[in-house]
Amino acid sequence: MGEPAFRPRYRVGDRLFAWALNLSTWFYVALIVGLFTVLLAGSWLAIKSFGLHFLVASSWDPVTGHFGALPFIFGTIVSSVIAIAIAAVVGIAAAAYLAEFAPPLIARPLAFLIELLAAVPSVVYGLWGLFVLAPVMRSAIGPAIQSKLGWLPLFSGPIYGVGMLTASLILALMIVPTVAAISRDFIEGVAVDQREAMLALGATTWETVRRAVLPAARPGIFGACVLALGRALGETIATTMVIGNRPAISASLFAPGYTLASVIANEFTEATTQVYISTLIGLGLLLFVISIVVNAAARILMHTVLRNVEER
Amino acid sequence: MADVIAVRRTMQMRRVRSGVSVFLTALCAGSAAAALLLILGYVVHAGIASIGLPFLTQVPHPVGIPGGGVANAIVGTGITVAISVVMATPLGVLTGVYLAIYGRGAAASSIRFLSDVLAGVPSIAIGLFAYVVLVAPFKHFSAISGAFAFAVLMLPVIIRTTEEAIRSVPIAIREGALALGLPIYATTLRVVIPAARAAIITGLLLSIARVTGETAPLLFTAFGSQFWEFNPANPMAQLPLQIFNYAISPYPEWHQQAWGGALILIVVVLFLNILARAALRSRASR
Amino acid sequence: MPISADVFTATARGKRSGEGPSKVQLSVRSLSAHYGKRLAIRNVSLDFKPRTVTALIGPSGCGKTTLLRCLNRIHEVTRGASVSGVVELEGQDIYAPGVDPVAVRRRVGMVFQRPNPFPTMSILDNVVAGLRLVGECRSRGEKLEVAERTLRLAALWDEVKDKLDRSGLSLSGGQQQRLCIARALATEPEVLLMDEPASALDPISTAKIEDLMSTLAERYTIIVVTHNMQQAARVSQETAFMLAGEDGVGELVEFGPTTELFTRPKDRRTEDYITGRFG
Repeated sequence: MGEPAFRPRYRVGDRLFAWALNLSTWFYVALIVGLFTVLLAGSWLAIKSFGLHFLVASSWDPVTGHFGALPFIFGTIVSSVIAIAIAAVVGIAAAAYLAEFAPPLIARPLAFLIELLAAVPSVVYGLWGLFVLAPVMRSAIGPAIQSKLGWLPLFSGPIYGVGMLTASLILALMIVPTVAAISRDFIEGVAVDQREAMLALGATTWETVRRAVLPAARPGIFGACVLALGRALGETIATTMVIGNRPAISASLFAPGYTLASVIANEFTEATTQVYISTLIGLGLLLFVISIVVNAAARILMHTVLRNVEER
Repeated sequence: MADVIAVRRTMQMRRVRSGVSVFLTALCAGSAAAALLLILGYVVHAGIASIGLPFLTQVPHPVGIPGGGVANAIVGTGITVAISVVMATPLGVLTGVYLAIYGRGAAASSIRFLSDVLAGVPSIAIGLFAYVVLVAPFKHFSAISGAFAFAVLMLPVIIRTTEEAIRSVPIAIREGALALGLPIYATTLRVVIPAARAAIITGLLLSIARVTGETAPLLFTAFGSQFWEFNPANPMAQLPLQIFNYAISPYPEWHQQAWGGALILIVVVLFLNILARAALRSRASR
Repeated sequence: MPISADVFTATARGKRSGEGPSKVQLSVRSLSAHYGKRLAIRNVSLDFKPRTVTALIGPSGCGKTTLLRCLNRIHEVTRGASVSGVVELEGQDIYAPGVDPVAVRRRVGMVFQRPNPFPTMSILDNVVAGLRLVGECRSRGEKLEVAERTLRLAALWDEVKDKLDRSGLSLSGGQQQRLCIARALATEPEVLLMDEPASALDPISTAKIEDLMSTLAERYTIIVVTHNMQQAARVSQETAFMLAGEDGVGELVEFGPTTELFTRPKDRRTEDYITGRFG
């Protein structure tokens, strides 16, 4: 192969530039891989000492060296699932209203306010939850629920104010904007001909949305909810401030609980032994893996929808 | 005739159901927006009393001594965020450019996917990462380790917005520069990136807004401090951390300080968000 | 028996059974339609006869689709769109105050340019989607009964009877369009609006849809928009020719029996169009 006739003058510069781009990109990939490796290495001692039993053991006593993650896994899942149940209903309904029903003059400021809800720092949510919502929960909401449904184990026992339900409510508030904003995009992405097909059959405004638009947007909306669930699972500070931080599994939603993220936040700087530190990093690894799985699932879901839309 | 009446009734019921349902969706949207106003309103109401010159210029006082402020925490947050911007911007922009230019292959789409997934990793796990990498080896908390955690949190946002910004630069501009005989790197650095600059800065603003309110990754990295500290190799006060520590303390006067800090924090974060949004909108309308 | 909804329907039906079939199914008087500030069609008046295929023809942008969309009040769902004038369905103005557009649309069915089956529903559920809205067809037996009747009408039954639970999207484009016709017929409308129903289809599917129109005209009033003059000549008994004027606003130029309009056009603009002197 001979040299090209017009040899670019700046070939060195271009090579250097391409090299810099490649370098930074692979550094970024290494960073992500490193994140996983480092957490795995950090928790290796704990994994070696406790194995998988660690995931199902329910006693947590650092002093005696008993480390069981079950109460934290329980608290994380329960608080997040309740939160997403509330946030899904409110968020999808809000998205439907903003995308389909609201006049533009109302939709725009309303959407703006809901999006700003996502910008409020979690420590502010925690502060508000601790000093405003928790007292109201103790004195008003809790007793009101208990007087009607107190016979259910779910709503039995003393009401501390802080606890699983309070944490779930705060989490729900924090993830509503995620559900609403992404769902809204997918609802607006539903083709006009779907709406018109349903309208032409004699459907009311609501029936059109309920039977044609929402089903068509369902995978995307589901993806939005999974993504929001991921956020709830990993939320730390707000949850730590309002969940009560007691490593116990209780049937009652009024009882305090604990989450993976909260125990790391509370105990990491006080952890004295290597095993203790390693165990907490192990909880972080667990959280990391859960969030990777949940987020990957959400992305794949939404990606499929987008591709389907593009193909049409 | 009975049929007709029955049909009339179902139609009426459907109309009512439609109206009620639409109203309920409006209620959901309204209550979410109301929640924001409620929280904002309460933070202003509870925090405004703390705000004053001493609060903004002094360091925290020990319990029992009235007064004190969050000046060192504000400065600390500023320093930490600034370091994280310096760390994340070059890497993020270059990677974003890479994805925009070579974005079609399988490698690029897996990187994009990884990046999206990283955006969902809890900030506390990122904090642990920073701890293992930058705190444990030196046996010393430091603002720089906090900034590192922030940088990791910022990267996915910067990369995504940079990629989109570069892609939205019209091909004609790129080709025009290449046609002038400029090499690819010069075209990208002198023509394409400047053309996308506003969008890249918007992304940067959004990422700054994202980390400024973060508390969790700072707990065991920047750690916090009661004093003035300007050396990033040392533990440094951070506003969100300070609010957290005040809030979970048993002292009412510290709770008061927490509300004051929260007011400052929320104003700054919302301001950054609105700024970024306004920038986005003004470009979109162009 | 499935019944359409509303007072509106009830009185109109009663009237029809009392007086026998009327000469005019749908009567349009001085109809104008806007998209926002832009006037799309101006002052259109014409009568559609029952159990007849009427074709709306004209170059693109002449407002024929807009006119069609005014006949089941679906024009107004576009943001900013508005209508003035009178459209009488069996003597009752569908734009009169208090008339529910939802009830109008149950009596005036519509088939769109591109086949649009509901992607998340099976073929069976697509057919009965309109009836499910009014709470009918709950059981599978009822669904099958309606599906067989309407899918036979739409000449699709034999092709899909073994895969009724598959997604509507699994069908070919032509089959999808006939599914949409069956779906529109299931609610037993009196008028069927068709907006270029074959423009997205291959010639064989087009022929099937055209055959179908002739069959359906024995029971339904059909109004079909088409940009294809041969198609209009083949399937319709009446034809309306529309054209955008100097100002871009669509107007009705000529309306009459198809054979007359194509062989002895009264207006020079019609003649120019059917002889191909316009683009």
